[in-house]
Amino acid sequence: MSLMHQSQVSPQPADTGRVMSWLLLATLPGITVLTWHFGLGVLTNVLLAAGLGMGLEALVLRLRRRRVRPVVADNSALVSGVLLGASLPPGTSLWLILVGMVAAIVVAKQLYGGLGQNPFNPAMVGYALLLISFPAAMTQWSAPHGIVGPDGLSFGDLLVRIIGFNSELDGSLGPDAWSGATPLDAFKHKPEAMLASEFWATTPLPEGTQTAWRNVALAWLAGGTLLLYKRLIGWQIPVSMLAAMGLLATLLYAADPSHHGSPAFHWLNGAAVFGAFFIATDPVSAATSRKGKLYYGAGIGLLVVLIRDVGAYPDAVAFAVLLMNFAVPFIDYYTQPRTQGHARPNRGIKVVQLDDEEAS
Amino acid sequence: MAKAFDFPGGIHPPARKTRSTRHPIATAALPKRVVLPLGQHIGQPAEPCVAVGDRVATGTLIARAQGLISADVHASISGEIIAIESRRVPHPGGLSETCIVIEGDGIRDDWERLPALDWRHTDDATLHARLTASGVVGLGGAGFPTQVKARVRERHAIDTLVINAAECEPYISADDMTLREHAADVLEGARLMAHLSGAERIIIGIEDDKPDAAAALKAAIKAGNRDSLEITLKAFPARYPSGGEKQLIKRLLNREVPSRGLPADVGVLCHNPGTLRAALQAVRDGRPMVSRIVTLTGEALARPGNVEARLGTPMTELLDAAGLDEASLARLVMGGPMMGMELAHLDLPLVKSSNCLIAASTIELPAPPVEQPCIRCGACEEACPASLLPQQLYWFAKSQEHDKAELFNLFDCIECGACSFVCPSHIPLVDYYRAAKSDIRARAFEAQKAEHAKHRFEFRQARLAREAAEKDARRQARTQASRRPKAESAKAASKEPPTTSQTSSAASSPSANDADLKSLRIAHAAAKAAVRKAEKVLTRVSQSGGGQGQAQNADEIQDLEVQLATARENLAAIEARMAAAKEAAAEATSDSSMDTDRERAE
Repeated sequence: MSLMHQSQVSPQPADTGRVMSWLLLATLPGITVLTWHFGLGVLTNVLLAAGLGMGLEALVLRLRRRRVRPVVADNSALVSGVLLGASLPPGTSLWLILVGMVAAIVVAKQLYGGLGQNPFNPAMVGYALLLISFPAAMTQWSAPHGIVGPDGLSFGDLLVRIIGFNSELDGSLGPDAWSGATPLDAFKHKPEAMLASEFWATTPLPEGTQTAWRNVALAWLAGGTLLLYKRLIGWQIPVSMLAAMGLLATLLYAADPSHHGSPAFHWLNGAAVFGAFFIATDPVSAATSRKGKLYYGAGIGLLVVLIRDVGAYPDAVAFAVLLMNFAVPFIDYYTQPRTQGHARPNRGIKVVQLDDEEAS
Repeated sequence: MAKAFDFPGGIHPPARKTRSTRHPIATAALPKRVVLPLGQHIGQPAEPCVAVGDRVATGTLIARAQGLISADVHASISGEIIAIESRRVPHPGGLSETCIVIEGDGIRDDWERLPALDWRHTDDATLHARLTASGVVGLGGAGFPTQVKARVRERHAIDTLVINAAECEPYISADDMTLREHAADVLEGARLMAHLSGAERIIIGIEDDKPDAAAALKAAIKAGNRDSLEITLKAFPARYPSGGEKQLIKRLLNREVPSRGLPADVGVLCHNPGTLRAALQAVRDGRPMVSRIVTLTGEALARPGNVEARLGTPMTELLDAAGLDEASLARLVMGGPMMGMELAHLDLPLVKSSNCLIAASTIELPAPPVEQPCIRCGACEEACPASLLPQQLYWFAKSQEHDKAELFNLFDCIECGACSFVCPSHIPLVDYYRAAKSDIRARAFEAQKAEHAKHRFEFRQARLAREAAEKDARRQARTQASRRPKAESAKAASKEPPTTSQTSSAASSPSANDADLKSLRIAHAAAKAAVRKAEKVLTRVSQSGGGQGQAQNADEIQDLEVQLATARENLAAIEARMAAAKEAAAEATSDSSMDTDRERAE
């Protein structure tokens, strides 16, 4: 019943709306670099997803007869939209974004009771649904042509793509010329007989692709560092996730460098860094205690490398996060801290504690 | 200080103490009328021992302590008792309680003191009696009767007396000022309490934002260094809630008070400086507890500071004397802003546990922001000084999953409010915990009541069964006694009386009788074991007797006695039945031998 509150007496952001605003600010470097390398399609993704997120949230709140304004003002729907938008291939069709945002905001979040009640990360629910339902569209990443490079999409083309139903391009520009595989995708489909060194020597990707992805990862890292610095996220999940990825990747790479990616390859490609700082750290769906967060992050890291190397998908952050969301209640029961005055922490879900006398 | 000597979590709220420490402690004007509630302490309210119309002097006993945990109440001014009636008292729910109202003239102040004692040359029993007779309770806010704490030696071995001078809550400076001006008295009071509890050393824990108080203490330690007690002063960086008893002990001694235990369980006794001074005054000067030092602060006061005021003084008088600007008063808080209570009225009396009154403006303590959903960000977990998971407790409290809340150690929460302070969603977490706790307590009480009723019923059943068994045994003995002469007269006794069919059937089949006897023997052994167990539990509980749960303990003991009596009844019933069965068996063998004799004769 404290009558004082941190948000009223300290400059630290201590208010859900402001926390979310800082989170949005921290996504800017990542989005900027993505746009720089992959064109305006990134921006349209982010803006459309964010707008749809806010709109859908307001719509559902109205249907649920809740007050709209204060809830939308917590910016959480905006954040979900921005995060989903940033994970989609540039210039994704409006319809796909709508499907994804309905899954994220309406199904994964509001149907469970709104902010704080969702067991799964909304943005990743939307992403996973799109990836499973529309695999072709979702794996068509554009080559890094720059914002308005000579080979890039013209504004009109972009518009056609967005309004078109399934992101197919019209005949004027062949899909091969415009789009390209991501490094993870390319490496995944490397011929079995070919060694990794030979594969990269064939320059399987458009020029600059690797550099572009590395820069994007570093930009997300910069944003993540801001979050850590402002203490909006704990260090536990990003560190344990990236460390677990590095550990498993190192083991696999050491065992067979010709068919497995190096740790650096895993870290700097795909959504690893983005996921570590912006997706896995979603507090609502993550494990609760500090110790639990370490296990949670490590689980995501291991699953990401396993699915990338052995699974059917080139990248796996969404699936890894969702799978670990399932494990959260279990982790929570087994990672309670030792309360002051107790000899050891409680573990497990036993509820009736028998007294010594009663037990004997 | 070593890292190990610390408690987890904690927060740094703004201290806002300097406003009330600029001037020395003033004496508040003698009030014309005081209202003295009968329950200014933890435990049972006192019982009035004066009547309306009686004239009392300052220090006259007006209400006597009731039961084990209670404290006397004394008149705090000279005058006439004008009412003993229900009045509003400082309580978060705005409840009323029986109060004794005394009216004086605001000038006359005649004292009725107890004889002065030199505690170094007085036996413990007299000192205990003096503390009991002077109504001293803990002045830190909880109001635990001091004489009960002084008797801690009866159950626990105490090695350290801790003076809790941390005063970690914002605004409050009553202990700080008490130490600055009365450090020697506080130390002497600590020596007295250490003497009573058997502690070998005194440790003073103080936050380092009170350099003046620390300096005064150092000087007093140096000046009074003629006894064998080891007195140490430990200053540590300010961090809320280092003044929490358990946190302070962890910080000073690196000992953890066990869950649901008392500091005495780890050999420590904690006292607030003001309490020690009051205890010393009660013994040395024979002065019962009739006043206390209270911090008057907040931006709505023109002249904030600390005053020594008579108990029962209307808060309005104190605040007006400190220059209250009612227009800018947004909320009146008794205690600190973290754990204190907001008062709905100004006309409440000052009580023994009122350490601070904050007349806050809207700017300094604004209305709480709107509660938002919990996003499990974990800020509360980092702030929790008890290493709990407040975010989980919140979910369990909200969904009334009390078993899970208890599993996650809800009852180790000290309600310090650090979690509510940091929560970015502005959730009043402590309110949820309090509601869950009282709900759990209420349910446990109901369950216990039902259980006790069940035990009483079982006792009745057992008593009836025992009586029936004894009656049966007597009747059987009678029948056999009447049958024996018949058998001896050797008339062809072929017809059995219908009432003894049972005995006859037992007699007709000796093997069935044996089996019956065997099962009775087993039941006898079990009943004996049950009696022994009940005796053991009863002795254990009556010996352990927790310090605070006396009333509850008495209830439990009574219930255990009922259970023991039930076990004894069961044992008696089985013994009666066994005796009867043995008798019957003996009879049967003699009968059967007689039968064979008869057959042979035929």
